[in-house]
Amino acid sequence: MAEKEVWITGIGLLSSLGEGLDAHWQALGERRVNADDTRLAPYVIHPIAPVSFDAQIPKKGDQRQMEMWQRIGTYAAGLALDSAGVKGDQEILSRMDMIIAAGGGERDLNVDLAIMNADAQGKLPPALLNEKLMNELRPTLFLAQLSNLLAGNIAIVHGVCGTSRTFMGEEASSIDAARIAVARIGAGQSDIALVGAAHNGDRGDLLMLYSFGDFALKDQYASVWARRNNPGFAIGSAGAFLVMESREHAEARGAKPYAKLTKVVADLAKRKQPGAVTKSLQAMWPQLGVSNDNAVLITGATGAEPATAEEREFLGQHPGLAVRATGTTFGHTMEAQFPLGLALAALSISRGALYPANDPTGLEVEKTGAPTQIVVLGVGHWQGEGMALVEAVK
Amino acid sequence: MTAPRDKFGRPIVVVTGMGIVTSLGGGKTDNWKRLTAGESGIKTVTRFPLDSLKTTMAGAVDFVTVDPFSSTSLSQRLAEIATEEALEQSGIGSKGDFPGPLFLAVAPIETEWPQRLEVAREVPTKDFGIIEYLATCSGGKFAHFHRRFTFGSVALNLAETFGTKGSPISLSTACASGATAIQLGVEAIRRGETDATLCVATDGSVNPEAMVRFSLLSALSTQNDPPQGASKPFSKNRDGFVMAEGAGALVLESYEAAMARGARILGVVAGCGELTDSFHRTRSAPDGKPAIGCVRKTLADAGMEPEQIDHINAHGTSTPENDKMEYLATSAVFGEHTKNIPVSSNKSMVGHTISAAGAVEAIFSLLTLEHQRIPPTINYEVPDPAIPFDVVGNKARDAKVTAVMSNSFGFGGQNASLILTREPA
Repeated sequence: MAEKEVWITGIGLLSSLGEGLDAHWQALGERRVNADDTRLAPYVIHPIAPVSFDAQIPKKGDQRQMEMWQRIGTYAAGLALDSAGVKGDQEILSRMDMIIAAGGGERDLNVDLAIMNADAQGKLPPALLNEKLMNELRPTLFLAQLSNLLAGNIAIVHGVCGTSRTFMGEEASSIDAARIAVARIGAGQSDIALVGAAHNGDRGDLLMLYSFGDFALKDQYASVWARRNNPGFAIGSAGAFLVMESREHAEARGAKPYAKLTKVVADLAKRKQPGAVTKSLQAMWPQLGVSNDNAVLITGATGAEPATAEEREFLGQHPGLAVRATGTTFGHTMEAQFPLGLALAALSISRGALYPANDPTGLEVEKTGAPTQIVVLGVGHWQGEGMALVEAVK
Repeated sequence: MTAPRDKFGRPIVVVTGMGIVTSLGGGKTDNWKRLTAGESGIKTVTRFPLDSLKTTMAGAVDFVTVDPFSSTSLSQRLAEIATEEALEQSGIGSKGDFPGPLFLAVAPIETEWPQRLEVAREVPTKDFGIIEYLATCSGGKFAHFHRRFTFGSVALNLAETFGTKGSPISLSTACASGATAIQLGVEAIRRGETDATLCVATDGSVNPEAMVRFSLLSALSTQNDPPQGASKPFSKNRDGFVMAEGAGALVLESYEAAMARGARILGVVAGCGELTDSFHRTRSAPDGKPAIGCVRKTLADAGMEPEQIDHINAHGTSTPENDKMEYLATSAVFGEHTKNIPVSSNKSMVGHTISAAGAVEAIFSLLTLEHQRIPPTINYEVPDPAIPFDVVGNKARDAKVTAVMSNSFGFGGQNASLILTREPA
């Protein structure tokens, strides 16, 4: 049975650059970057742009039940539904499938720090941990933390109610979310799906995990390709959502595509062996069916090593590619980085142009003319790799 | 020979290997024996101090130990034990070389308290803030905590150990996670992407913070004494669920591939369905519509009529709301046939294994089909008159069982159901 064509018919973006497609297109054109090296200094982060959440999350009660990452995601999901022209369309929303890639939500850092300080000073007998947690944690904080509650909030606020699956596992989770959504639509197991992720980088508690592995960028912001001497990722903030649907389904309701999502592949390289990431990317590349040596590649390269060096090795074997690293502009938005790349690829194809390079090292080159094939690449800072081919609809 | 495709032309998905760990024990043999004997695995928690806690019992798996302890490491260990058993039974692939992808249901992961405090004790400044704390985190001394507490860590380690193919998927759909893992595996086989999938669900979450969090949502039973009496699904005096640990692993294969290699067929995943509830973050829609829709979608996916279901392995958490809603939804779909369906909740004995529950209960459903014996719902002393199910109360019941529906309904509006049968239709 021939696989169905999968179209991207909706895009929702909220990031450190602002909200919506026009604002992003303009900011990318101006090579704007909103990085902050003071509020969590020495760590460099990209905080979310100021936004009034009321426009997509009208009930204050709903907003109160969420932490920032969920608000960002629920907001961006709403933008995607608007963009696809299905917002409020109960018939479609009630059978829309949802695959969200998520980490965990904000902790109550004040409570955590009080407990940790008490313990460090020898004032926390084991029994007291329970008491502190029982008395000081807000009951609803749990719901703001649970990975699957971003999907839960999108269902409540926007009524996306077909199916709801939440994938976890840092960068790879959203590559797999896109892969499974495309496979299901391609095979006729789904007609229309909302796929995306959200990330809030303005979080000291989140930096803990990445500090253990010394992955977080410190001291000075630089383009992803210019971090060889000071590797790491600047944690970013974004909600990136896509509405994907079969061509038949889109045409039947008169929806226009931004682009077509031809293929998504993913892998788990055995990274204990040096060069495994490069090899994995080499093995995935022919599966995409890129016909144009001068295609575009939008990568979520983190700037963390050795993953970025191995990716660079692969890119060096395809010198004709016009490369763009989203990490330079947006920082590393972890689960959201791959859908962000897909969104920018579809946006570029729909605008008939690739946005300018932003890279002092010269790895990124300018590209004139309308892109017809854009590869989106994701290499996890620690595990998981994947790529997708986004093409103009013929 | 039966056609290898179902009535919709899709490859039939069969189960060829199962492995299980619960608070009742390790392995199918022990679990089945104790489950059908009506034994409880719920005990007073001994893993950590219980001061200030309203709930003091759980179905913790204490006979499996990991050192240093973390819920994440325990989850991984439980998943390994269950997977080893499933692979041995299935005989598929070879050691460290499973010929298909991994779908893993696992609780959300974060750095846990013992590890947080270990770092805190090394911070050189007094009354430190997050930046001083982060400085101590970095430098490589605690790099192993990054490896342990990334969300993808359990799947990464399982994929390496068992040699599954491709990118392993870790997922959370709250209490429906185990069912979702199975559903993803079924879909992959039906798409023809693979002949086999490894579907694993695990939960080792009995730690102070997890208990506090569920407790603060008033979700847990506080009937601590005796602990084995706390979980009483469908009883009038039920007051919440009991947290528990466990893991279930299933090897799914296309019927064609399983037949070709002469594998023993343990059962069929005839249908799966899912429907989201958008009513509330923790509560189900009072009219039960999403659960009703979920059950109907599952029947439709299996191409079966309600009358063909002859046992329901209930979600049956023992919370006041779930059990009532589950009856409402079931009776709406099954109508007059409802009273003919024996219903039981394994959670009365093993507790609620949360992320693992969907897989653990799918395995118990398959064992029910194999043994033609329905495990009891224990502690069924005061039936709730508002829930007139034919509850298999307190004693196991021999019955002719050809098709079991296994339900999972969770926080965040997650509803998923499975239909399991003995033989390919």
